[in-house]
Amino acid sequence: MTWTAVLLAALGCYLLKLLGLSVPAAVLEHPVVERVADLLPVALLAALVAVQAIADGPDLVLDARLAGVAVAVVALLLRAPFIVVVGLAATTAALLRLL
Amino acid sequence: MPAPDQPPHPDLSRAERRGIVRDALAVAVATGAYGISFGAIAVSSGLSIAQACALSLLVFTGASQFALVGVVAAGGAPLSGTATALLLGSRNTLYGLRVAPLVGWTGWRRAAAAHLLIDESTAMSVSRGSPAAARLGFLSTGLAVFALWNLATVGGAVAGEQLGDPRTYGLDAAVAAAFLALLWPRLADRRNQGVALLGAAVALALVPVTAAGVPVLAAGAVALLVGVLSRRPDPTEYPTRDDLPGGGEHR
Repeated sequence: MTWTAVLLAALGCYLLKLLGLSVPAAVLEHPVVERVADLLPVALLAALVAVQAIADGPDLVLDARLAGVAVAVVALLLRAPFIVVVGLAATTAALLRLL
Repeated sequence: MPAPDQPPHPDLSRAERRGIVRDALAVAVATGAYGISFGAIAVSSGLSIAQACALSLLVFTGASQFALVGVVAAGGAPLSGTATALLLGSRNTLYGLRVAPLVGWTGWRRAAAAHLLIDESTAMSVSRGSPAAARLGFLSTGLAVFALWNLATVGGAVAGEQLGDPRTYGLDAAVAAAFLALLWPRLADRRNQGVALLGAAVALALVPVTAAGVPVLAAGAVALLVGVLSRRPDPTEYPTRDDLPGGGEHR
């Protein structure tokens, strides 16, 4: 099942890229299309952050993950590079769980 | 050395070529660093090393890969992970509209270049002054990122497999932080902040009542709704080198 998901994502993502390089810009350059395409990553990534940080199966749980994300926010405000942001979040959650 | 009668990029001086390739390498090295986190996170989320590597080789667009892995990690149906990955991958379609006239490739060149169409290659080609520079920027960045992203994925995946329970190392928090870091550059805009809060709220509200994977897809509906109802003109924002890891701090 996971392989099916991986291969379908590969095919779909490739076709989306090829489509962009192949169709005349006028076909897709519609204000609504541009707005939706700009907003999709914002809404999806925000939802992924929330679900990953707070959901535990069907439950909402505030635990070490959220503390990790809070530290990540501080790191991002300080313009830390990606790997540092991710590493600090992991370290924070891991240390809290040791307590 | 290219044959003197057939220089590969006739409009570019040697110094220009070198500068473009050096920029590409700087971006690729920084991107590779987060390929390591992708590999480790993918494997600790339950994917095999081969699946993690297949994602980087074949999907090759970071946010979509992280999304698929995130949904699988949360226990969602893998196919809802695919759907989320495709929604995120639609960005690349709009990048293509802008890149296509700059590079002017057709046929097999276009089919091959499509695989390399990502934030980084777009950013390093749309800012260039001439078609030759745009092509070299696109190809050198695309290929360098592809090489390092895949190497880093293998390394991260192999390391991730040694780790055991991902919670012990806070890798679940790392996944959330990775999504946040991908989201962060888009939060400068006020309307985007609203859409982000609404998307997160909708997703959390649905967590207790729907199958895993559905809440994130439902947040996509928020983007659709706001995009259709909003009147504000909103030309597509293309990534610039300042948005890229390794692109901003350099020079």
